Amino acid sequence: MKLAVNFLTIGLVILSLPCGSYTEIPPKPPGSVTVLPPVKPAGGPQAFPDAENSNLPVFTMDYARIQVPFEVTLWVLLASFAKIGFHVYHKITFWVPESCLLISIGLIVGAIMHSVHEEPPAVLSYNVFFLFMLPPIVLESGYFMPTRPFFENVGTVLWFAVVGTLWNSIGIGMSLYAVCQIEAFEVQDINLQENMLFAAIISAVDPVAVLSVFEDVSVNEQLYIVVFGECLFNDAVTVVLYNMFIFVADMPVVEPVDVFLGVARFFVVGLGGMGFGVIFGFVASFTTRFTSNVREIEPLFIFMYSYLAYLVAELFSISSIMAIVTCALTMKYYVEENVSQRSCTTIRHVVKMLGTISETLIFFFLGVVTITTEHEWNWGYIMFTLLLALVWRGLGVLVLTQIINPFRTIPFNFKDQFILGYGGLRGAISFALVFTLPDSIGRKKLFVTTTICMIMFTVFIQGISIRPLIEFINVRRTNRNLETINVEIHSRLIEHTIAGVEDLCGQWSHYYWKDKFLKFNNRILRKILIRDNRAESSIVALYKKLELQNAMEILDTVSGDINAGSSIVSLQYEKKSSGKPKRKFVAADLMNMHDILSKNMYKIRQRTTAYTTKHSLPNDSRTKEILIRRHTSIRRSLRPGSFNGPVWNTRTYSTSQKYRHTYSFKGFTLFFTILYITVSPATQPHTITPPPPCFMVGTTHVEIIRSPTLRLTKHGGWNRKSQTWTHQTKGQISTGLMSIARVFWPKQVSSSYWCPLVVVSLQQFDHEGLVHTVSSEHLMLRCVR
Amino acid sequence: MIWCAAVLPNTNTNSMNRWFSCFLFNIVTPAHIVRLYDRFEALDKEKTGHLRPQDFGAINRLAMNPIGDRIIGAFFSPGQETVDFHSFVRILAHFRPADKKRPKDPSMPEPVNSRTSKLKYPPLVFSLISVAFQLYDQDKDGKISRAELLQVLRSMLEMQVTEEQLESIADRTIQEADLDKDDAISFEEFRKSLEKVNIDHKMSIRFLR
Repeated sequence: MKLAVNFLTIGLVILSLPCGSYTEIPPKPPGSVTVLPPVKPAGGPQAFPDAENSNLPVFTMDYARIQVPFEVTLWVLLASFAKIGFHVYHKITFWVPESCLLISIGLIVGAIMHSVHEEPPAVLSYNVFFLFMLPPIVLESGYFMPTRPFFENVGTVLWFAVVGTLWNSIGIGMSLYAVCQIEAFEVQDINLQENMLFAAIISAVDPVAVLSVFEDVSVNEQLYIVVFGECLFNDAVTVVLYNMFIFVADMPVVEPVDVFLGVARFFVVGLGGMGFGVIFGFVASFTTRFTSNVREIEPLFIFMYSYLAYLVAELFSISSIMAIVTCALTMKYYVEENVSQRSCTTIRHVVKMLGTISETLIFFFLGVVTITTEHEWNWGYIMFTLLLALVWRGLGVLVLTQIINPFRTIPFNFKDQFILGYGGLRGAISFALVFTLPDSIGRKKLFVTTTICMIMFTVFIQGISIRPLIEFINVRRTNRNLETINVEIHSRLIEHTIAGVEDLCGQWSHYYWKDKFLKFNNRILRKILIRDNRAESSIVALYKKLELQNAMEILDTVSGDINAGSSIVSLQYEKKSSGKPKRKFVAADLMNMHDILSKNMYKIRQRTTAYTTKHSLPNDSRTKEILIRRHTSIRRSLRPGSFNGPVWNTRTYSTSQKYRHTYSFKGFTLFFTILYITVSPATQPHTITPPPPCFMVGTTHVEIIRSPTLRLTKHGGWNRKSQTWTHQTKGQISTGLMSIARVFWPKQVSSSYWCPLVVVSLQQFDHEGLVHTVSSEHLMLRCVR
Repeated sequence: MIWCAAVLPNTNTNSMNRWFSCFLFNIVTPAHIVRLYDRFEALDKEKTGHLRPQDFGAINRLAMNPIGDRIIGAFFSPGQETVDFHSFVRILAHFRPADKKRPKDPSMPEPVNSRTSKLKYPPLVFSLISVAFQLYDQDKDGKISRAELLQVLRSMLEMQVTEEQLESIADRTIQEADLDKDDAISFEEFRKSLEKVNIDHKMSIRFLR
């Protein structure tokens, strides 16, 4: 398999090689009946035969016309095949980061191309890179950035990004200048400005490889988000410094005014980028409010607006990366509430896909271009650059952490700092920036060589070694202790408690501004940017129709007790209540238990979404949990005789466990639940909802419940023992609402008596129904007891 | 004290006295009291000055918490139907780690989360552990029995887990933690089993720091 893929890859390479050398003249197609004229007229199709020949050409070939798209497609395919090839053997990707592998393949391809004297495509020109290759990567990073940890650590992130990059650039620049003065290295012609320019390029951090290792090893969240955020936001500083030094490199004299202007420019660049991003984000959210009728092109808006933000920022030469990142951050929250579920999935998939492809291509071309460009090697300069970069980064991390640790709630210890410093790899941005240096810089080739060396060194050596290092020095991880079952269960309980108490107190945080923003968000922004009526997806409508039909059918049949399943469980339960001898637990048992626990325990809602894996899509297992929680709380609260709003009842935990299998998939009968209508949308965080509306109808106590869930379910039923109707509407996926109705009967009644009427009347109340429109006459009519 | 009174005008003297006693206990700082009071008022829809369980139940997120109802139950001592602001703050104070830097005035009454008070209020992370223990131990006999453990497990695990699996997990849990072989987990055993866990990180309720 692996060999086949390799052969395929090589085949593709060889195929693409001659492509570049095609000229306007197509080759003579073999075996054709007619003779083509030797020179084709430029452009136009060969519809009309030439004057010379009188026969219709059966087979023609026109390569020049499709050349560019064809080559682009082939290169993309080649890079993708390489990616497939890596995963054939799992161990490779475990130890060697993907970027290393991609660079290696690129090197091989570059070597092949070089040997046949081919030129690689001009992918790394300034425009192509910055306008086409970079935006998808940054969009992906911004879109999947975990927002809560980010905003909690935003101070640290910006501190490291801005001040850290400045420190690095200035430090490396100065020291390199000092190194240049040494005669032995023969680089005395590089003046201070050029050194500073080069240092600015070199200090742009791009820890792509490291992030995937962090995820695999599940390093603690703080470290992850600081490394992640730093690499995104140091762009502002890099861009400013780069432009400033380019400008300054031409100037003979540097005045203090220029330094001051540089600082001012930095603020303009940074804040301007963020401002543009936020504006476009809001506009995009606002637009999606009205797209309920054009679902097919909803994802388009996301991409267009973020790309637009990027381009407009580029227009004004402000930090386009910050623009697109803040656009994605802003947009994500509101847009995901407005668009349909399918559009949401599409957006995520496409963002991931584009980002991955861009990244793959960049690393690939890094390898290719390495071989095919001209290099200028200078031992002294290069070695010192490597050394100084490491030293200054280490120093920078140390000093900066010392300053910022008192302000952090969870300070960084030395291990964290070491990994933070060690994880500063260089990557694509430095690469592109150095290629786009103006040729007026005398030693451009040296700079290119040094940058490439730097990237290779960091990506290969640091990238490969960081994994064993992390495990060796045992950096603080997120909570995946597999020590004992006890620990797992108890710590989960504690986390739930903390989450509960935080909710209880309305989730304030250390930051006053965050609270203010949340209030502002709830009161004003959400009203403007989020659509009020959530249109149903087609599944909902269809399901409702089917349910209605079923309800009518049920009139004729007698619905028995569907909960035969639950009784089996209760039997088992009673059998085991007697004491048993102590069991011995084998290792396999333990592994099983850990498996069960980790797969099935509720995950704290926010704490697990901290990680987004770089190489796969985030999953929505959270939504499944919310459904289950709701089930449980309803179940537990349904004790016969507990008529008063039972969610909080902690006293009795009697036999509700018997109803474990009530909500099983088997036994499909149509049942119903009355909805709990919330005043504000159920997915809105931190709102206090009014107590569930309930009213007495005769002797029947009826209560309406509604809970957020996104799981596809199709079971429901009349639970005789707990006297409830339950029904989960399949279609409420997109809006995330599950209807549960609870009707308390003083005595047991048969379900068929009520079913059709309840079905019909309650159909109306999905989602939008308000309590006062509940037609209680329906219920009253039947509920004469 | 007077500052606190000035900031919270809409109160009766009874409540004010209680807040002063909160100060004396050095449980929460003035700023926290203000915010907690805002929250208390927001929860108390009917402005009775007391919170009932329904008010807690109205918090959406809390209702979705698998042990949400237990947490709410912890606020109500047995027999009590409502909780007023004073008790509200007292209970929330358990989640605050005892600040080592705060000077302990020996003349003041014992702070709620000091080591020498009752078993229920040990200091530092122990306050959190004790609350967790109480969440397990509903009948307050000082031990987590197998049945109680099973209940909590059920609430925390999804439905797909079968009864036998649950029971074996519970058995294993007790086996691991139970040192005196009484088939139940006492508070000491509970604490011991958690000594390696880095509770500090979990106690990131920043508002109470």
